[in-house]
Amino acid sequence: MSTETATAVAPKKESLFSKKNRRLLTDPLDDSNPITVQVLGICSALAITVQVQQAVIMSLAVLFVMIGGNVIISLMRNIIPDRIRIIVQLVVIASLVIIVDEVLKAYSPDISEKLSVFVGLIITNCIIMGRLEAFALGNKPGPAMLDAVGNAMGYAWILLAVALVREVFGSGAISFPGMGQVKFLPESWFMANGGFYENNNLMILPPMALITVGIIIWIQRSRNQGLIEEN
Amino acid sequence: MCAAVKSGCPPPLPDPETEKTMAFNKNSNGYTFLFAISMVVLVGSILAYMSLSLKPLQKANEAEKKMMNILGAIGVPSERGAVKPEFAKYVTERVSIDSEGRRVNSMSGDVNPLDKSDPFNIDVQKDFRSKAPASELNFPLFVCEKDGQDLYVVPVVGKGLWGPIWGFVALESDMETIYGAVFDHKTETPGLGAEIKDIPFQEKFNREDDVKKIKGVTPHFAVVKSGLPTDEYSVDGITGGTITSKGVGEMVDRTMGIYLKYFQSAPKAQK
Repeated sequence: MSTETATAVAPKKESLFSKKNRRLLTDPLDDSNPITVQVLGICSALAITVQVQQAVIMSLAVLFVMIGGNVIISLMRNIIPDRIRIIVQLVVIASLVIIVDEVLKAYSPDISEKLSVFVGLIITNCIIMGRLEAFALGNKPGPAMLDAVGNAMGYAWILLAVALVREVFGSGAISFPGMGQVKFLPESWFMANGGFYENNNLMILPPMALITVGIIIWIQRSRNQGLIEEN
Repeated sequence: MCAAVKSGCPPPLPDPETEKTMAFNKNSNGYTFLFAISMVVLVGSILAYMSLSLKPLQKANEAEKKMMNILGAIGVPSERGAVKPEFAKYVTERVSIDSEGRRVNSMSGDVNPLDKSDPFNIDVQKDFRSKAPASELNFPLFVCEKDGQDLYVVPVVGKGLWGPIWGFVALESDMETIYGAVFDHKTETPGLGAEIKDIPFQEKFNREDDVKKIKGVTPHFAVVKSGLPTDEYSVDGITGGTITSKGVGEMVDRTMGIYLKYFQSAPKAQK
């Protein structure tokens, strides 16, 4: 009898880093990537991938809001009335974003200036709302946190990859928060100084972000054939 | 529905997760209202508390940023945290004038962020938004001294493509030649209009690179479409950021129109 209850209870006390939970972290990096597979959060991927440093700051901000939102909604999941759940999620996200914004303005004004418009963009980032609705509302806080970290990372690496391509080819430079922008090409290479090289201005414009994301999707699908839909 | 076929109905699955919450009906109208109201009150008070308690720090940061911008316009680099002594060193006088170019107030020494009569604390952006007639407003002017030369820094405010743009323009002691300028914006497009706050654009206003002037009696200064020829009263705009560029020209032109009255009537009294 005692052994029987023990085995019956065991699967309930699943470790936070069980195989199933680890998939919550790794899946969004590839198989269910929020940008390349679910095609969510495209708007911010276009807007803030001109420089790597903006992408890094945006990724960190999304990570914070995502973890906060997922955990709070998961804790509240049993008391939220179904009919107003979307607006409750929105209020939680918006409050977190405003708190981030206010704290940055007070303690880290330089970063706050860099973020400027993007803080508002976090509220409209559909990945966050999507995860709250699809995962946090039906799961415990632990897995919800892992899901948030996984999806934020899945979002972040695409953002960084696109930003890296755009900044290197568009500005001939790489930037990182706290380091500023480092131009690594010698000035004499540029046509203005009699050289042969010119930065590709098209890279800086939004359409190239979409094309870069497209190329990433292409590479991803050729490596991971399971993602290709059957016609 | 199970009540009709009581005998054939399987017992409901015991789910410990939902069992706890079945004590109340979370989808009743009353509960929904109660939930919504208490959440709004809770969130509202948290945000209000945060906003009030962080306000002094934010104000101090804004004032520092303003000082950095004023110093930036006269070409003095400065850093957050170390800007106040630099500001006191270079900015000798803070003047406010009215729309007719008459001197209203003048101050020097340390800036007191609470003193409303200090020209430093005039919020030109708020005045610009308020749409109050110019005759009711006061305009700040910062008199600076650098390398033995008097410089006049004028704050400018205007409209970009998506939102407000602003900046500080420094004039030489002839009150006509632009010595330098800094610009900033709230929501202009990154990579296009947002470049007004970058060095390549602001360098075009730099005295050492190009002589640019504001015009005398009928002021007419412009930032023209990128690529068009420019003279000493116009500056080359940003490719793809035409509306923002035009906004910069418009705000410099309009604001200088007000200050010119002061410059023409009182330059001698100034010295």
